[in-house]
Amino acid sequence: MFDLNHRVALVTGASGGLGASIARALHKQGAKVVLSGTRREALDALAAELGERAFVVPCNLSDAAAVEKLVPEAEALAGPLDILVNNAGVTRDGLFMRMKDEDWSTVLTVNLESAFRLARAAVKGMMKRRHGRIINITSVVGVTGNPGQANYCASKAGLIGMSKALAAEIAARGITVNCVAPGFIASPMTDVLNDKQKESILGAIPRGEMGKGDDIAAACVYLASEEAGYVTGQTLHVNGGMAMI
Amino acid sequence: MSDVAERVKKIVIEHLGVDADKVVDSANFIDDLGADSLDTVELVMAFEEEFGVEIPDESAEGIVTVGDAVKFLEKATAKA
Repeated sequence: MFDLNHRVALVTGASGGLGASIARALHKQGAKVVLSGTRREALDALAAELGERAFVVPCNLSDAAAVEKLVPEAEALAGPLDILVNNAGVTRDGLFMRMKDEDWSTVLTVNLESAFRLARAAVKGMMKRRHGRIINITSVVGVTGNPGQANYCASKAGLIGMSKALAAEIAARGITVNCVAPGFIASPMTDVLNDKQKESILGAIPRGEMGKGDDIAAACVYLASEEAGYVTGQTLHVNGGMAMI
Repeated sequence: MSDVAERVKKIVIEHLGVDADKVVDSANFIDDLGADSLDTVELVMAFEEEFGVEIPDESAEGIVTVGDAVKFLEKATAKA
């Protein structure tokens, strides 16, 4: 089950912990993976670890022109894309009343607009081949909201809406579009929380611990697989029960 | 039949899976050939690729029949 041999996947944000977990998992199932992100060394290190079937294409997702080139470059290296994982995301947290325009637009541009551009580019070939899997990494806070993260929550909620619309448009062409919504995942992003914050977070998670990158990666493998071909427009929440939606 | 018309008709037949005798100049992609809105977008993309031209949205909107496509592409390729 969940065999991804001969499939080609592009994972954005692969220089981060979560993206690397997703790339490793897709690779383990047999997929060729194109690793994209901003930090070249981290991408090269991951590609070296994976060995064969791994390619590196750095990209700054806040640069629209660079984003437009990413899918063609990935396809030139690894072949036609079967799987696109829009994982890259940034935060610029701050209370709403004090939030700067720039913090709002940076988060929306990187988290939402780049996903739109990449999906638009990827869908062209997928339509012709009558097959494709688009997986957008959203967040539990895109559904529940979270103080201090109006920009991030808006971008993640935006991904869910965008995914549903695109899913409806292209379902008949064998392409699925889904979201995976992590809850609290242990990562550099959550490491900066203080003990008190962590304690209160864990208290809200029935499972009693933070998730791991592998938990999210497994959900991506499923949605990328042939077996998930009838699942589209959905958001799979992977959060230890902290929000049951 | 012109070379352009032949290539256009070949794409339409292949893409929409319709009988060749139905693909006449007056055939409307949606009403006569059973295309949906997504098919029409795909057809435009296929024409762009086959003829190496760009079909702007304003022009694409005006291409509703096989004949419209042939006419547009004959003009576009003559210019190139």
